[in-house]
Amino acid sequence: MRLFRFKGGVHPEEHKVTTELPIMQMPMPERLYLPLQQHIGAAAEAVVMVGERVLKGQLLARANGPVSAPVHAPTSGVITAIDEFTAPHPSGLPVKSIILEADGKDEWGENIIPIDPFKLSAEEIAQKVGDAGIVGMGGAAFPAAVKLNLGSKHRIHTLIINGGECEPYLTCDDRLMQERPGPIIDGVRLMLKALQCERAFIAVENNKPAAQRALREACTTVPEIQVVGVPTRYPMGSEKQMIQTLTGLEVPAGGLGADIGVIVHNVATAYAVQQALRHGRPLISRIVTVSGGAIKTPANIEVPLGTLAEELVKFCGGLCETPKRQLLGGPMMGTALPHLDVPIVKGSNGVLALSEAEMHLQPTPQPCIRCGRCVEVCPVGLLPLEMAARARNGKVEDALDYGLMDCIACGTCSYVCPASIPLTQYFNFAKGELARKRTEQQKSDRTRELAKSRQARLEREAQEKKEAAARRKAERDAKKRAEQEAKEKEAAS
Amino acid sequence: MHAIVALTVLGLFLGFLLGMAAKRFKVESDPIVDEIDAMLPGTNCGQCGFPGCPAAAQAIASGEASVTVCPPGGKSLAESLAAKLGVSFDASAMDDGPAKLARVDESLCIGCVKCFRECPTDAIVGAPKQIHVVMQQACTGCGKCVDVCPTMCIEMFVPPLSLPEWRWPKPQNEVVAKAA
Repeated sequence: MRLFRFKGGVHPEEHKVTTELPIMQMPMPERLYLPLQQHIGAAAEAVVMVGERVLKGQLLARANGPVSAPVHAPTSGVITAIDEFTAPHPSGLPVKSIILEADGKDEWGENIIPIDPFKLSAEEIAQKVGDAGIVGMGGAAFPAAVKLNLGSKHRIHTLIINGGECEPYLTCDDRLMQERPGPIIDGVRLMLKALQCERAFIAVENNKPAAQRALREACTTVPEIQVVGVPTRYPMGSEKQMIQTLTGLEVPAGGLGADIGVIVHNVATAYAVQQALRHGRPLISRIVTVSGGAIKTPANIEVPLGTLAEELVKFCGGLCETPKRQLLGGPMMGTALPHLDVPIVKGSNGVLALSEAEMHLQPTPQPCIRCGRCVEVCPVGLLPLEMAARARNGKVEDALDYGLMDCIACGTCSYVCPASIPLTQYFNFAKGELARKRTEQQKSDRTRELAKSRQARLEREAQEKKEAAARRKAERDAKKRAEQEAKEKEAAS
Repeated sequence: MHAIVALTVLGLFLGFLLGMAAKRFKVESDPIVDEIDAMLPGTNCGQCGFPGCPAAAQAIASGEASVTVCPPGGKSLAESLAAKLGVSFDASAMDDGPAKLARVDESLCIGCVKCFRECPTDAIVGAPKQIHVVMQQACTGCGKCVDVCPTMCIEMFVPPLSLPEWRWPKPQNEVVAKAA
């Protein structure tokens, strides 16, 4: 198959030391912390009460609006609290979470009678995927059902299953593809049905030959699915870059893959879809890579959602040195965490504890020497140095003209910058600044509207008062007249 | 006779000319004041020290007041006003702290309705002898309600930062070019 090239990219040291290690099962922790917001979109709404006993797979919080995802119980136990708990987020701010104390019985809820999911219609498949709380498992955590429903609005000619896993260290998708290729292929076929699409590519980077082999063997009888080896180049696993590599088509600025007839889903999402439709299992666990120089025994672990990253590290033998940085996700795009007391959520693919030796700690940023290396490697074709200079001087609108919103925050520019300028952070800052301006604008628009409607209300009330007074006066006059007339009549008689 | 005709024609002609000129070279009262007024929140909250938004608009247009005069409008309003008037302003001088909101202490509220009569955005709900509540989404933090409350049960507070409002900070280690 002919492949295309996306511009730029880098090949960071892989550090994929866990490729050969089979997936282990995490023993059920005592307590699970399940944030109501584990996805992009509106936070879910809790449907259970504190003190209630719940069974494994039971719905704990329902989706709130079209772009949202429900949360299910990863095990049986008692809800001890619905409270704020630290979110797996760089800010370390709390988010509303359901805290579930496991009772150790791991008892499944209602028995699901297996049905043949291929008898379902496209909408029913998407519905079931949505009900199972499945979101994009590659990290973005966008509700999968929304993307599966796009088949009715757009004509989708290609489904791409993303097995790129281009981030260093991470091997959770790799292991999943090696160990469970059958269910993945089954899930891809279901997704094809939901999208009413005829062809799927499973793209796997060439540094994962075992995964490629396993998937190829599993899909020999499925002609509509083709396993494609793609070059090992970061950020291959980014949706737009992957589409470009496989189809040669570029997603328009501000657009979606669906606009050009392509949908991308992660391999782990395909697996979750298969589990939900074949076995009726909602998304309650995921595979996480625990790695980094500070971890004693790195591993791939199937973890119940809501497990604390701290416990995962403990399960891996703990730390062998004080980590210089802890991350959720990969080292290029993952979120740095202030501490490891945060739960694993649907989009967490890795827990990394990096040692000082691995960090290549950058000296303090130096002035830009305009070498242009960031421009060379930017996979989107932007000018990072120009954008950063504008962001630094607070001219975010000017950065916008340089295509700030097309930046995928892959971190490639920061990675190569010889002056160690934190380019990506400047872009994140500028994007946040724009978002802040937008919300402020919305707030002041709303204030203006409220003031206007208050003015209208006051006028209306004054008007009503005047009318009521006039009415009362008329009534009084009429009464007086009637009395007068009665008096006159009396006098006349 | 000639004189009458000539003067009539002249009069008509000049009148027509004047009429056309009035239409063509019409001078608006001061369009910038109206435009600024439209940009201001319109709540007449008085935090700027002027009697209402139209007066503030007048002052901003004439340069008496700075573009940073409106606290509820915040930095974004100051920026758009500065862009409109082509002036620069010191953004760092603005109180860039988190916006404050009003909150009713329910144990002290007597339901006197004074605060919600005063609220310029109708952000307070309640009824006579019922506890009042501030709807935080609608509150502009003008503080007018605080002054009228007879039991002093309204306080201005800084709402805790929530996750959706969190923004990436600017990188701390600023790139500094050293003079050679």
